[in-house]
Amino acid sequence: MKTEAFEPKILAFCCHYCAYSSADLAGVMRIQYPPNVRIIRTPCTGRLETEYFMKALEQGADGVLVAGCLEGGCHFVEGNLCAKRRVNYTRDMLEEIGIERERLRMVNISAAMGRPLADTITDMVETIRKLGPSPMRNSGVQSPMSKVQSPKAELRTPNFQLPTSNSQLPATNR
Amino acid sequence: MIVAQRKNIPELLDIVEKHRKVLLLGCGTCVTVCLAGGQREVGIIASALRMAAKLKGRPLEVEELTIERQCDNVFLEQAAEAIKRNDAVLSVGCGAGVQAIAERYSNKPVYAGLNTAFIGILEERGVWTEKCAACGECVLHLYGGICPITRCAKKMMNGPCSGSREDRCEVSPDRPCAWQLIYARLKEIGQLDRLKELKKPKNWRSSLSGGTRKIIREDHRV
Repeated sequence: MKTEAFEPKILAFCCHYCAYSSADLAGVMRIQYPPNVRIIRTPCTGRLETEYFMKALEQGADGVLVAGCLEGGCHFVEGNLCAKRRVNYTRDMLEEIGIERERLRMVNISAAMGRPLADTITDMVETIRKLGPSPMRNSGVQSPMSKVQSPKAELRTPNFQLPTSNSQLPATNR
Repeated sequence: MIVAQRKNIPELLDIVEKHRKVLLLGCGTCVTVCLAGGQREVGIIASALRMAAKLKGRPLEVEELTIERQCDNVFLEQAAEAIKRNDAVLSVGCGAGVQAIAERYSNKPVYAGLNTAFIGILEERGVWTEKCAACGECVLHLYGGICPITRCAKKMMNGPCSGSREDRCEVSPDRPCAWQLIYARLKEIGQLDRLKELKKPKNWRSSLSGGTRKIIREDHRV
């Protein structure tokens, strides 16, 4: 596979109370980030198990991003610290297997950090792009990720116009 | 409970080297509690094995199954079909579980995926410590419930030795001196006089050094 044709597929587990909201904020602020991430909202990163990261990577995700609250700011007190330990454990296990540990990363993002979230995603995409496609692709395992089309490299540009008059709005918004 | 630890992935891959279809069999009892071989760990280890095999270009199918208790024939029956349809079994139960499978399925290769470590307890989250050496002749009643056989590095029946350093064991400073603990505990329960009594050398015939042990209860036999 040619490197230039490779578009990483990254699974992002985002905490409902912070990173998921910061993705919303990034959207509201019209900040663009590469469309290579599929975001899964979780009630807390502490809900995530090692098994989730392993299955995601096994089924063909090129990278897994875990985005939790800032340390000390977890809605459930220490869920993000639990996640940090599990991510580190899983990264060690990936090395045992022979997979680059950089394919799994944890970041701490608050709900107000729309721009840092976009930067983090951009950085993660670049890291994975340099590493190349996951060796688990086409593993023969029925992969949900294989059904997802790779996005094109260009950033999506919003293709809509703001309503110019009240009559253009849906009735419920008037 | 029995405490065990996972072998590392390259070692596990070597162990099942000769086989293409392997059943990874977990156990829902002790090794689930010590987070080494329960349903969750079976999922993790199976994924890891499949990925490691793929990286080496080796065809390997890993079936995942966890039963309630591997060391019991009644529960083992639930794994019969899965054991039959695979080339080998990689058990992530304790050593007793692995041998129970080996005895019941004489023509099927069975391998241990864990290193069975000791009989112990959960000290705190993520920390397990050894508490019992299964010596076969319990002396805990003499020492305030703290076992000198397991917890004293020198297995002293009449301690302490002179190596105790500020309540730490001289063999390993990160370990408390068992005899310090015994003294404090006996004092707490008002039984310090027990220490005045000289204990006779322990009878080790009941321990593992005499070979495999067996217990027979005639009243329960059928």
